[in-house]
Amino acid sequence: MPTNVLDGREFEVNDEGFFTSRDQWDEELAVKLAALVGLGEMSEAHWKVLRFLREDSAVTGVTPTLRRLQTAGGFDIHDLYQLFPGKPAKKMSYLAGLPKPVGCV
Amino acid sequence: MREIPEGFILPDFGDRKRSTTPTDRPGEATTGGYSGPRKLAIICSKGNLDMAYPGLIMGNAALSEGVEVHIFFTFWGLDIINKKTNDKLKFTMLGNTAMHMSDLGHLKPGLEHVSMPQIMGQLPGMTGVATRMMKKQMADLDIPEIPDFLDLMQASGAHMYACRLSFDMMKMIEADLHRGVEGVISAADFIEIIEGAQTIFV
Repeated sequence: MPTNVLDGREFEVNDEGFFTSRDQWDEELAVKLAALVGLGEMSEAHWKVLRFLREDSAVTGVTPTLRRLQTAGGFDIHDLYQLFPGKPAKKMSYLAGLPKPVGCV
Repeated sequence: MREIPEGFILPDFGDRKRSTTPTDRPGEATTGGYSGPRKLAIICSKGNLDMAYPGLIMGNAALSEGVEVHIFFTFWGLDIINKKTNDKLKFTMLGNTAMHMSDLGHLKPGLEHVSMPQIMGQLPGMTGVATRMMKKQMADLDIPEIPDFLDLMQASGAHMYACRLSFDMMKMIEADLHRGVEGVISAADFIEIIEGAQTIFV
């Protein structure tokens, strides 16, 4: 299992670079990762999404899909695409220290 | 954007320049002279419920991967974006030899893989039963119904078009189109728009 080092912080990832252990993540690390993926400043709206991902996945055991963020989290899909441009589902789960979602919708 | 530290593995989010251009990599397909964002073109030509989903699901997945998506609804596929019909799309067992029911496995193991006799599909009301069953299975998986799915596609930034020829042939009116549909365009217009795209025909 590869280990990433960022400013002295170590965390394990899979071959693609996603977290393999959710406990090695914290909000301080998320801020640094956000700079790496080009998000810059994390707003309250970003945090709201990441917190939902953490809480929901802690219960269900899987990373929620965009659809689940809409139906269970009450988030607006268009907003999610604006907040995490490019590959929203992957980007937000990465920043939340979770594996990428496996659901199709 | 911050530089990636030495030895750091970052997932590919598609927004960093690749070290080489696609044409430099041996064995990779190229799309002629096109150089721009990755594009996907989907042609939806069927109006059965089970044929409406593949194009939308594929398109939705591509959008969340940062791919530019263009969907052309043609012939019976127009029923997917017609507000008068898209909440009533149906699924029929007829002509579908892959029709078998997983629940039957509870009665007798192995029965879940047995394909239903075609004549059953002709029984009155059977299409309604099969449609309700499919809708329930999709709902259980949190897959949106077609009108909601189109809202989702629109919010995600999909470009959707109605086929001019089919639109005229079916005597449709623009007011009946889902609001996410950008226009009624000709096949040639669509071909122009999708330059460099990978194409899926449903």
